[in-house]
Amino acid sequence: MSDIADKVKKIVVEHLGVDESKVTPDASFIDDLGADSLDTVELVMAFEEAFSVEIPEDAAEKIATVKDAIDYIEKQKAA
Amino acid sequence: MSGTATNGRRVVVTGIGVVSPLAVGAELTWKRLIEGQSGIGRITHFDPSELPAQVAGQVPDGPTAEGGLTLSDWVPVKDQKKMDRFIHLGLAAAIQAVEDSGWKPEDEDDRCATGVMIGSGIGGLQTIYDGSLTVSSGKARRLSPFFIPSALINLISGHLSIRYGFKGPNHAVVTACATGVHAIGDASRLIQYGDADVMIAGGAEAAICSLGIAGFCSARALSTASNDDPTKASRPWDKDRDGFIMGEGAGVVVLEELEHAKRRGAKIYGEIGGYGMSGDAHHITAPAEGHEGAFRAMKAALRNSGGLTTADIDYVNAHGTSTMADDLELDAVERFFGDDAKRLVMSSTKSAIGHLLGAAGAVEAIFCLQAIRDGVVPPTLNLDNPARESVIDRVAHVAQQRKIDIALSNSFGFGGTNASIILKRFKD
Repeated sequence: MSDIADKVKKIVVEHLGVDESKVTPDASFIDDLGADSLDTVELVMAFEEAFSVEIPEDAAEKIATVKDAIDYIEKQKAA
Repeated sequence: MSGTATNGRRVVVTGIGVVSPLAVGAELTWKRLIEGQSGIGRITHFDPSELPAQVAGQVPDGPTAEGGLTLSDWVPVKDQKKMDRFIHLGLAAAIQAVEDSGWKPEDEDDRCATGVMIGSGIGGLQTIYDGSLTVSSGKARRLSPFFIPSALINLISGHLSIRYGFKGPNHAVVTACATGVHAIGDASRLIQYGDADVMIAGGAEAAICSLGIAGFCSARALSTASNDDPTKASRPWDKDRDGFIMGEGAGVVVLEELEHAKRRGAKIYGEIGGYGMSGDAHHITAPAEGHEGAFRAMKAALRNSGGLTTADIDYVNAHGTSTMADDLELDAVERFFGDDAKRLVMSSTKSAIGHLLGAAGAVEAIFCLQAIRDGVVPPTLNLDNPARESVIDRVAHVAQQRKIDIALSNSFGFGGTNASIILKRFKD
C-alpha cells in the first residue's frame, strides 16, 4: 500500500472512530463507516490539511469511498 | 395547582443528575457537600497567571466510580470532538437523570410525550474562541463543520433527544445565571399544560476558559483576593467576600406528571410546588435596590403554589454568589418572609462549588430535593464574619440536621432576570 493510502486510512480511522480492518478500499464513508454528511465534510478538510491539496466542492462530492479519496489525492500529487 | 390551563396536573421529580466541582454524580456531590468539602481550586484548564482571578470550581477528572469525569463513559469518543465541553457535561448529567428515573419510552406515543429543555448561560465559549483563531489565521475554509452545532446552546437538548428518541418539545433556556431554574420551571409548565408527560430539564455550563474568566474579570465580577487560598475564595454574606468564583458542571432533573409517575411506580424525589419569575428593568449586571426583583420572583412563586405561605417554607437555597449583591438578596428574603424569617434557614451552596452560571439553579434545586429527602441542610462555607446580622440562620460552616418539607431556590441573572422555584416533599 502506498504512503498516501496508509495516511488516508489513518485519518479515516481517527475521524470516524472505526476499526482499521473496516477501512477497505471499497468501503463507503456513509454506507459502511457510519459517517454523516458533516463527517464527510470534515474528512475532506482533514485530507486537504494532511496532504496540502485543495479539494474543490464538486470534487469532494464525488469522494464516496476510501479508494475515491486515495485516487484523487494521488492524482493531485502526481500533477 | 391553581389556574385552568393546568387541568390539575401535578409535576414531580423522578430522576436527578449532577456534574459538579465536587463530583460527577448527584449522590457523591451531595455527600461531599454536606461534609463541608470545597470543590474550588487553582485553574488548570488553562494557565490563568495573566489574569487577576485564578481559582475556579472545575469538574475533577478521574474514574467514574470515584466521582471523576471519564468522558468516554458518557459520550462516544468519535462524537466528543463534535461538542463543546458544556454539552459533554450536560449530557453526563442528563444521562444520569434519565437512567435514575428508569423512564424508557416504549412506543411512539411515549416518545412524543417526552421532551427536553436543557439550557446554558453562555454555551460553547471555548469552541467559539478556537474557531475564531482558525478564521483569523486565514483558514476560514478549514473551520470544522461541527463548529456551529458544537457551540449552540440547544444542542444538549438535541443530542439527548437523538440518544433516547425523545420526540416531545425540544427546547433550551438561555437566561444567564437564572437558566437552570427557568428550565425546570418552564418545563414543569409544559407538563401542566399537557405538551408533555415527561420533561428532562436543567442547565449546563463550561466557561472556565481564558475568554470566560477574562470577560468576567473585566466586568469586575470575580474574586481576586484568594488566589493563594482557593477554598476560602467563595464566601457568601461574609464581610471579606470580593466576587464570585466561577464553577462548571450541570444539573438535570426528570420531571413527570404525577399520575404518569405513579402508573409506572417511579420513585419520587419531590414535587414542583411553585415557580415565579420577574425582570428588574434596572441594570445589565446589578440588581435593583433591595433586590425588589428577587422579592417579586419569590412572591410569584408563592402565588403559583396552590396556597402555600411563607410560614410553610423551611429552607431557602440562596442565589448568594459571594458578591455585594448577597446582602440585597438577604434584604429581599427578610422582607418577603417577615416574621417567618426567624424560623427560616438559608444557605449558599456556591460557597462549596462556586457559581455554575446556567447550571447553578438546576444543581441547587436538586440540593433542595436532597435536603428534603435526608433532613439535612447544606452549609455556607467561609461565613466567618457576616457583613450584616440577620435573624435568618445562614448555616455557617457545618450542615444542620433539620426536617425540611418545603424549600425555595433563587436564581438571578445578568440582564435583570430572576426566578424562584419551590420544591416540596411529595404527599399523595
